[in-house]
Amino acid sequence: MRPGAFSVIGPRSAGFRILVVALGGVLLAGLWAAHTMESEGHHITGMNNQIVWGIPHVFAVFLIVAASGALNVASLNSVFGRVAYQPLARLSAILAIALLLGGLTILVLDLGRPDRLIVAMTYYNFRSIFAWNIILYTGFVVIAGIYVWFMMERRFQRYSKPVGFAAFAWRLTLTSGTGSIFGFLIAREAYDAAVMAPLFVAMSFAFGTAAFLITLLAVARASARPLDPDILARQARLMSIFVVVVLYFVAAFHLTNLYAAEHGGVVRFLLVDGDPYALLFWAGQVTLGSLVPLVLLWTPRLSRSPAACFVAACLIVLGGLTQLYVIIIGGQAYPLMLFPGYEVSSTFFDGETGRYSATLNEYLLAAGGIALAALIVTLTVRVLPIVPERLRLAAGDSVTART
Amino acid sequence: MNGHPFTGGRRFAATALVLAAVLSAGGAAAEVSLVPVPARGRGDACVEPTEVMRRNHMEFILHQRDETVHRGIRTSRHSFVGCIDCHAVKRDDGQLARFDDPEHFCTRCHSFAAVRIDCFECHADRPANQAPAAERSPTTLSQLARAAGLPGLPSVRHAEQLP
Amino acid sequence: MTAATPFADRARRRFLKGLGVVLGASAAPGALLVELAAAKAPDEAVSGARRWGLLIDTSQCAESCDACVRGCNEEHGLVGKDRPATDAQWIRKLNLRHRTTGHAHSLPMLCQHCDAPPCVDVCPTGASFKRADGIVLVDKHICIGCRYCMMACPYKARSFIHETLRDQLAHAPRGKGTVESCTLCVHRVDRSGQDAVPACAEACVEEGHHAIVFGDLNDATSVIATRLRSEGAREIRADLGLNTGVRYQRMPS
Repeated sequence: MRPGAFSVIGPRSAGFRILVVALGGVLLAGLWAAHTMESEGHHITGMNNQIVWGIPHVFAVFLIVAASGALNVASLNSVFGRVAYQPLARLSAILAIALLLGGLTILVLDLGRPDRLIVAMTYYNFRSIFAWNIILYTGFVVIAGIYVWFMMERRFQRYSKPVGFAAFAWRLTLTSGTGSIFGFLIAREAYDAAVMAPLFVAMSFAFGTAAFLITLLAVARASARPLDPDILARQARLMSIFVVVVLYFVAAFHLTNLYAAEHGGVVRFLLVDGDPYALLFWAGQVTLGSLVPLVLLWTPRLSRSPAACFVAACLIVLGGLTQLYVIIIGGQAYPLMLFPGYEVSSTFFDGETGRYSATLNEYLLAAGGIALAALIVTLTVRVLPIVPERLRLAAGDSVTART
Repeated sequence: MNGHPFTGGRRFAATALVLAAVLSAGGAAAEVSLVPVPARGRGDACVEPTEVMRRNHMEFILHQRDETVHRGIRTSRHSFVGCIDCHAVKRDDGQLARFDDPEHFCTRCHSFAAVRIDCFECHADRPANQAPAAERSPTTLSQLARAAGLPGLPSVRHAEQLP
Repeated sequence: MTAATPFADRARRRFLKGLGVVLGASAAPGALLVELAAAKAPDEAVSGARRWGLLIDTSQCAESCDACVRGCNEEHGLVGKDRPATDAQWIRKLNLRHRTTGHAHSLPMLCQHCDAPPCVDVCPTGASFKRADGIVLVDKHICIGCRYCMMACPYKARSFIHETLRDQLAHAPRGKGTVESCTLCVHRVDRSGQDAVPACAEACVEEGHHAIVFGDLNDATSVIATRLRSEGAREIRADLGLNTGVRYQRMPS
């Protein structure tokens, strides 16, 4: 079964140039912001000794998690035998690599000493889940890169399936590892939960599929290659299921905490009292980021409309960013409980809710990471045959095509 | 960079040696060199021969750094604070030179060799007490010229004294 | 136990040390010298035979007093930029008030020098580490400034350096972009061993209080071990099982 030809998107157009210049400009702004943060010190950001991770981490973790999920389509082909998805596998893998590099760039440039990247790569503490993640992230880029290469090189195509399998296993580990960055934090009540690992896996499926749909729709429009409504419908359905799974894990997490009296405070903070975290949770993550997209995706008339799918995917991305904001910032803002039963005060904000408002530098750095990811995808589809000439599923229903 | 912050040092040492050889062969005044000569420390001799220090000071400091930080070994022989204390340079205004001052002991060579070090982002760049400072050595072109017995450049104060 | 005891004890130990030197000089086995000396030789590596710690007697800690904080700041050159959210604090005073009974007390909070430190576990480069003698430190040469240790510390004991510093003290190197916390005055400990008094404890005594006692938890004869044995003390967040090196006593529970 020949899935059809792949070709570069071209020729160069004014739109392409404008896009590249715009993305490059945002990327440069991000680099400038990072440089300023490094030379001035982090006091020019909203981050402080109470909220030590801020907006850069929200975006970086989002991109890293989404990167893993963006590989879904390729995995459907190579792991789950849905050969119908084979035409989209290349784009899926390229997007995954791009998102990961964007996220990693943000993470690295936010370090207090980004000039010591070489130290991070040469000194390892293998008890640290962070150190493991450094290996998982770089390994993911390598494996996904080999995967794309094997898919594109006719001689190696028969090996692309095992590599795809390896990539699938690797990315599950990667997202579990990312979730465990928080899950392993015994000190803070808002983290310290095993469910963080599967929650992040579910988040990666939802955010990654959303990112892929957005990319696919954008590429289809930019290349004037019409998108088969069947692809859209299937991806939309898949994405809606992932959104439900995320909600399920979030509910399990909060309900478990709610049951333990000692954690009543943190649940109350995240879901009722915490300003702005409770509002962000209910209005941003749950309503706009989950329920509205579900309505869009499950209304039969809308679910085949590219516009509705695009809006739903964008809302899921925004909901995902909100969710990570609530997890990362909200989780830190809730004060550490050193003396249960006591009101605590100090000159170091003990017993107080952490205050955080991100500055322009942080948003610019975050935007720079996104721009880098978008730039990588844009340039790659321009120079390599990544996108199929006909954006449709390969012949035969995916289920019957399975061996 | 910080695991081995001084990688350019060896190349610098080689350059310095070659230049010094060329100069002395050319019959220039023996004490004048076109490459920076870092200030002498106090006392009779450094903790290691000059040749050894020139090539290996970064290794000594790096080794001692790990020994001190992780194992609490605080011998004075290769102590970083020891270098700073002994090689402090007093400027004309009586102040001890800081790291961003071209006369600072470390800066003398490191700026010439373009080897960036980040030691002084954390460490004190001069002794805590304003102890008697090391002798200065010629820094500027005019000082070099005078040291070599040549007339100074017109814009330079002649009252300026060399140690 | 009177507050003067630690110093009396130190004087006694100093005498014994002197005795040891004399004995050692008079051809006694070198082992005896080492055994009695309070301070290790400069070329001697720290060992697990000792475990340094603090005992904090909260009944001696006055609510209005922050001498320990000032002493620490002065010792390590911690000068604030009048930006409370980002200024470093290695030790801070907590004022506690019970929610129902209204009972109030006060205590200093600082790095607890855990035996199983979460900051060390999470540090990707190994910059956060625990010395053989139990002191938890940051090797600022290999700290990349990721702040994961600050996320992991249950005591909020760590600060990130948010700006360029100048004029640091020779014995307390610290700089922008790295994380720092209480070092248990490691420079004093390495110099004086059991005779060391961390700056916070020294300031506390100078203020006329005796709330902080430093010593070797492993040495059954040390003041700190003796008092822990006879008077008892508790760990903050003992539920985490971190086996902290800083213990608090006479805390209302």
